[in-house]
Amino acid sequence: MSPSYLVKRLALIVYTLFVVSLVVFGITQVLPADAAVMLLGENATPDALAAIRDKLGLDQPVGVQYGHWLWGVLQGDFGASLRTGQPVAPVMLEALGRSLTLAVLAIALMLVLALPLGIVAALRRGKLADLLVSIVSYVGVSLPEFVTATLIVLMLADWLKLLPATGFVPLTEDFWEGLAHLALPVLTVSVILIAHVSRMVRSELVDVLHTDYVRAARLKGLSRRSVLFHHALRNALLPTITIVALDVGYLLGGVIVVEEIFALPGIGRHLIVAIQTRDLPSIQAGALIMAATYSVVNFLADLAYAWIDKRIQYG
Amino acid sequence: MAELLRRLLRTPQGLLGMLIVGLILVIVVCGPWLAPYGPDTMAPRLRYRAPSAEFLLGTDQYGRDILSRLLYGARSTVILACLATGLGTLAGALIGTTSAFLGGRADEAIMRTIDAVLSIPSLLFALLIVNLLGKSSFSAVMAIGIAFTPGMTRVTRSVALAVTKQDYVNAAIARGERGGYIVLREMLPNVVAPIVVEMTIRVAFAVMLFATLSFLGLGAQPPSSEWGLMVAEARRFMHLSFWMILWPSLAVALVAIGFNLLGDGLRDALNPRT
Repeated sequence: MSPSYLVKRLALIVYTLFVVSLVVFGITQVLPADAAVMLLGENATPDALAAIRDKLGLDQPVGVQYGHWLWGVLQGDFGASLRTGQPVAPVMLEALGRSLTLAVLAIALMLVLALPLGIVAALRRGKLADLLVSIVSYVGVSLPEFVTATLIVLMLADWLKLLPATGFVPLTEDFWEGLAHLALPVLTVSVILIAHVSRMVRSELVDVLHTDYVRAARLKGLSRRSVLFHHALRNALLPTITIVALDVGYLLGGVIVVEEIFALPGIGRHLIVAIQTRDLPSIQAGALIMAATYSVVNFLADLAYAWIDKRIQYG
Repeated sequence: MAELLRRLLRTPQGLLGMLIVGLILVIVVCGPWLAPYGPDTMAPRLRYRAPSAEFLLGTDQYGRDILSRLLYGARSTVILACLATGLGTLAGALIGTTSAFLGGRADEAIMRTIDAVLSIPSLLFALLIVNLLGKSSFSAVMAIGIAFTPGMTRVTRSVALAVTKQDYVNAAIARGERGGYIVLREMLPNVVAPIVVEMTIRVAFAVMLFATLSFLGLGAQPPSSEWGLMVAEARRFMHLSFWMILWPSLAVALVAIGFNLLGDGLRDALNPRT
């Protein structure tokens, strides 16, 4: 990994965050013909409208509004919530922590399940196990999170009464209780990930198993196990890193729905509440934080990829 | 075209996908005639019924026939999802082809910006646009279309890049054609095939996204029988009748599976070597 690559990649992420901030600010505050009317509704009194215009600086030129907002954001100040009057940033960051717990657990579960599934399917290509894995992953990719969540709640919480269906207990307060409350959301979010990644692992591994160096390793007398673990898997798993990083985008979208369904007070649920109550600073903060999380994860994935695979030399 | 269709029907995914999508199209076109009851016909005495000969899939909290609601709702769910995909594809194809045609710094600038916009998850993007336009089916369609544009731009651009090197594009440049003409008449028709594949798969996403928006109360509004909205409404009555929530969930899943299969089948049929 050359220093120039690092600098270029860093410049790119700064540009990305800049564009994202422009899009978020533009859609929420600039594009509405009159943001104050949009926030308060058609029947708001002129006084209330004037007050909110003054509070959000809506009567200033667009450039000044954006500059003012961005300057605050860079200092970690997203303004005060219109609903509660509290500063938005600490609330959103706390919520982000809960969402990340959910996301990390889902990715961990995915790695534990998707890798073996993909490997088994690739080794038994065309056999029953392969067919089963493909069918399950097809169905998994095609189910929206709210459907998966519904079916899982119906089965595990309603019929079998195994796990609590909603609510949130911080892990630091009561670890096992907290984990039990997280189980269903984590399971729901990981279904799509498992389906997607096991398919990827399978197709990559099938390709690698047909390469010359794998055949050479077999021909020189190495056992199937040794060839699989020492030669084939390493190369087959490389693209999986990128896929997992890209899946974080789905994950963040999925987290929004899943948190709403399971009443988990993460950043997605805060965002939905903010949109339903038209709480502008909260919407801006939530959207920007989510998009920024995604681009940072992709940045780290790119670095990891370049670090592991020495052949990669970006410009 | 006939050859493509034959290859498509030879793969198991293609065949199954065609069957499911075909069935869905029949329901979209003829749904209202097939429905045994009206979608809003209420029967207060017949609420929360389990499936029976009278109500094949049961009834909901107002005693409305679930099968009829699903058959009517197919239109709002599937047609709007296709519309949204078409919108995103068109915009993405235009931007992608133009970017590939311009090349150099302009291409670099456009694609970096598109990449940046792509780092906003599509559901989040759609939520922001719905917030801007208000809650309705129309704004959900616009939101999904706009949210799909950057992804489709990437796909189109990578295909179009290969096309720009072709002789017929060089010939058009040599003839002194205008840039707009070359993009629209020479390049776009030749990038259609891979785009159609991507589009088919995205219809599955669009159905899921549209249903999700309605589920969150930000897309179709009651008394519409859009499927995502049906799931959202049924959640409150889950303990009284789980059929109410099961059927629309399965309907959304079936459409998504159908379009996913068809898209994969098309991809295999168009690239025989892989």
